[in-house]
Amino acid sequence: MSTQLDLECRQVVKSFGKFTAVDNVSLEIPQGSFFSILGPSGCGKTTLLRMLAGFIEPTTGDIRIKDKSMLGVPPNKRPANMVFQHLALFPMMNVAENIAYGLKRRKMGQAEIDRKVADVLERVSLPDAGAKRIEQLSGGQRQRIAIARSLVLEPALLLLDEPLGALDLKLREHMKVELKQLQHEVGTTFVYITHDQSEALVMSDNVAVMNEGRFEQVGTPQDLYYNPSTAFVAGFVGDANRWEGRIEALDGAQAMVALDEGGVIATSFAPGTSFAVGENVDLFVRPEAIVIERSKAAQEKARLSGGKNTLSGVVQNLLFDGANSRALVRDQATGHEVMVSLPQTGAFSDLKPGEALVLSWDVEKTRAFKAMKAARQGIAA
Amino acid sequence: MSSVSTLSATEGQERKIPIIKLGTFLLMLPLLLWLFLLIILPHVDLLMVSLREKLGYREYAFSFQNYIEFFTEPLYWNTFVRTAVMSIIATVITLIVGFPISYYIAKVMKGKKRSLLFMMCLIPFWVSELVRTFGWMILLRESGVISSFLQWAGIVDGPVEMLYNDASLMVGLVYTSMLFMVVPLVSVLDTLDDSLIEAGYDLGGNTFNILREIVIPHAMPGIASGCIVVFMLTLGNYLTPTLLGGKDGLWFTEQIYNQFITRFNWESGSAFGFLLLILSSAIVFVGLKLSRQTLADTVK
Amino acid sequence: MKSAKTTLSLKKAILGVTAIVGLAFSAQAQAEELRLLTWGGYAPDAVVEQFKAETGIDVKVTKSNNEEMIAKLRATGGGGFDLAQPSQDRISGAQIENRIYKPMDLSKIDSSQFISSMLEATKANTTVDGEVYGVPHVWGTSGLVLDTKKAGDVKDYADLCNEAHAGKVSYRLKRPTLIGFAFSMGMDPFEAYGDTAKYQEIMDKVEAKLISCKANVKTYWEGGDALLNLVRSGEVVAAMAWDTGGWKLNGDNPDVTFVAPASGALGWIDTFALPRKTENEEAAYKWINFVMRPEIAAQITAEAGNFTASKGADAFAEDKLKAQFQASFPEQDLNNIKWYPTVPAGLETIEGKVLDRVKAASSN
Ligand SMILES: Nc1ncnc2c1ncn2[C@@H]1O[C@H](COP(=O)(O)OP(=O)(O)O)[C@@H](O)[C@H]1O
Ligand SMILES: [Mg+2]
Repeated sequence: MSTQLDLECRQVVKSFGKFTAVDNVSLEIPQGSFFSILGPSGCGKTTLLRMLAGFIEPTTGDIRIKDKSMLGVPPNKRPANMVFQHLALFPMMNVAENIAYGLKRRKMGQAEIDRKVADVLERVSLPDAGAKRIEQLSGGQRQRIAIARSLVLEPALLLLDEPLGALDLKLREHMKVELKQLQHEVGTTFVYITHDQSEALVMSDNVAVMNEGRFEQVGTPQDLYYNPSTAFVAGFVGDANRWEGRIEALDGAQAMVALDEGGVIATSFAPGTSFAVGENVDLFVRPEAIVIERSKAAQEKARLSGGKNTLSGVVQNLLFDGANSRALVRDQATGHEVMVSLPQTGAFSDLKPGEALVLSWDVEKTRAFKAMKAARQGIAA
Repeated sequence: MSSVSTLSATEGQERKIPIIKLGTFLLMLPLLLWLFLLIILPHVDLLMVSLREKLGYREYAFSFQNYIEFFTEPLYWNTFVRTAVMSIIATVITLIVGFPISYYIAKVMKGKKRSLLFMMCLIPFWVSELVRTFGWMILLRESGVISSFLQWAGIVDGPVEMLYNDASLMVGLVYTSMLFMVVPLVSVLDTLDDSLIEAGYDLGGNTFNILREIVIPHAMPGIASGCIVVFMLTLGNYLTPTLLGGKDGLWFTEQIYNQFITRFNWESGSAFGFLLLILSSAIVFVGLKLSRQTLADTVK
Repeated sequence: MKSAKTTLSLKKAILGVTAIVGLAFSAQAQAEELRLLTWGGYAPDAVVEQFKAETGIDVKVTKSNNEEMIAKLRATGGGGFDLAQPSQDRISGAQIENRIYKPMDLSKIDSSQFISSMLEATKANTTVDGEVYGVPHVWGTSGLVLDTKKAGDVKDYADLCNEAHAGKVSYRLKRPTLIGFAFSMGMDPFEAYGDTAKYQEIMDKVEAKLISCKANVKTYWEGGDALLNLVRSGEVVAAMAWDTGGWKLNGDNPDVTFVAPASGALGWIDTFALPRKTENEEAAYKWINFVMRPEIAAQITAEAGNFTASKGADAFAEDKLKAQFQASFPEQDLNNIKWYPTVPAGLETIEGKVLDRVKAASSN
């Protein structure tokens, strides 16, 4: 289509014998964007990425980089470079030699190689690391060198296979920001795969959520978070409370759902979806969508009033996490445990387990999706 | 003040050390005994025998005569050089043949096929070296299998003799040594992360320079230890050179055997044995220096 | 059969020399056991069983050759075995040099079972300081094994160098070859045994001959079996070898046989000798007297192919073997056999150098 596309996949399928690891995946990535593929472990992310890099050929479908088909093009001839899950830095070479490896293959003069190596080291903020041995570097430094080694070749695509997986939490948080920053500066298209939704949401321009070899939804992080189109995405991207139930009554874009555990919740639908009465659905509500009030009348029944769902419950547990603190509240009517965010105002900082609370949220904040076994698995994963 | 405290600290350490040392010593005792009784003692004995000259019946005197003889008699020196050169060539050929096999076993084959191929390298060692060598003789001799086949196929008119020359000797030596090259190579290649090879391709490398810059540097300790073992085994081989080598096929160990057994000349036999040890160690040392390996690397 | 197996590995040789420690363990021999150090074929299983049935003594047989026997006994100072069978010419030198044997108590040997001339000759050759160290057992000769159709012109060792047989002859690189060639070149090395200078001169000539002859040689054979194979397959048509080898091949192919060379076959006698540290002397004497019985000796002849010093054993020998023997040794050839005299010390060094130089010489 447009010449602006760096990568295009057309109905790519990869089967190993009877098992289909990547199932009819199509995607388009415009130049200069940060694209993530998010999915649980074993969903086929690495397989897809390795097809992009050229280590495996798709069973059917086409992969095009810069509008050229890559079918039959070996990895060393593709304008795409990969940052491996375990980085795959060459331990027998020092940092500068690692970075120069790809340049040397291009028969570049030594002076130019030296200049480019120095440039890229500067870029990843390790200007003096050239003479160091790989084992002398810390985890984060290795990370940057691995990226520098690929970036120095100025590829059309940089493929990253869960590169932060091996880092500790603090460093991971830091690297997320740094990677995003780096991508922004160099302007290279990044294809980043991860099973960590927070990485995908923080860094990406666009995210594809993958499940069992298929793309469930492709969109901006905000899209995925606020307008998930499948139960799987709703459950996998961000935290959500989930109920299972059956549609009792329909009213335009809203419905009453009788829960399997008992009780009733009013819900809205995602645009473009339709349901029939009697259909099984999964309901999702984000913890931060729920408003809490201290209630003197704990016996008050859950009710539906003024376009809000309301229920009363008892605090089971407090999960303090600074600005991201939550409470686990047990619905008195159904016994369902509901996760709620505590307001950042600190209004509930003195909350204690055992206290009674009234929970309420807008009907628009409740999302119903066709019930899906797979979605349940997704959450469990 | 500070000197006092350091003093007491070292004292404290010193008190501990003997306990650790005694424990270690006891643990090491069997090894030390083995080393001493079976390796050091015989060599000391060998050295002493080599440093005496026979004057008459049971009459000996201290002398370097046996060593001088080695260096002044071109025959012995030539035999040694020939043996060393042939051993080096055999080692190189074994490496060149063994490396692709090892790479295939370690990196390409998976599961059952892999063990099968490995087994196939092992099978020749289930029979004794003598039987193996005779096997080659049956194949290569003038009235042997290959010669008969070539005549039957009309490729040659008369029988061809493929035995009793340096080429057949080389074949025998390489065949005998193969396993000792393949085992260390497979184990070192096993530790090479596949993603390093993939990264090499990904960054634009081709098979040749990935081999040269990634695989071989990684495999270097295995290559060195394989080469040392094969070189030493070949140098010390007795059977293969005598049976396959033919009438011009001098081999240094044969020379040592002759000195000890047929000449009853233990003195020069010991000197030759000792020289073999020293010269082969020197060759290994030079080899390690050239490949920038240390002996410690090779046993890692 | 007198097939020397030079398959002892170098390692074993060196260990034998030095790891004397290990021998402490082998010293605890059981009382009723005879550890025999001998040649292949000299102690057939059947004979060992008969001996065990009669005396209750187990015979543990170790097969070897002259050089290895001496090396083994030397390494242990004459221990590890109760009875050994070196050739008669190799005893006194080794005894003077290394004191590995113990004198024989001739009263314990039934001399009536021996061919007396052979017993006397062996006693004389193995006497050191007035003590006798060996009595004869098996004897034989080395000479030429020929394919008479293809190499009928070979009459003596030197004829092996005829160009007509280039690439089709074989001999060993060992001392019998040197001696044989010396005789065939018209010299008498045995006469020169006592005269080192003269012996050296003879050996120098032999060396020149063997070097010029090298191009003719297919390979220097090592084990007896290897030679038999070479001749049987027709790869070799003329060789210097033992009589029994020729007779064995004669059974398969009547064209091939053993021929006594014109200058005389070389006669050897393998003996019984007691290692200095023998632990079961009684059993050793019992064994000697047992195997020298004519009917037992005939069994050994059948197995080894060679005749023994046992008186009257001929009566029990196979007719075929007797016929082969007579064909190979007409009366004058039998009288012409050159029996090895005792080897004086020092000759082996001269011979060794010659053999080394022949091996090292270029063959073309
Ligand atoms: N070479 C292969 N042969 C057979 N199955 C494979 C192969 N490679 C991957 N798979 C399977 O494909 C699925 C997806 O694997 P992968 O792409 O590695 O998942 P992810 O990277 O998302 O965790 C897994 O079930 C895996 O077992
Ligand atoms: Mg993966």
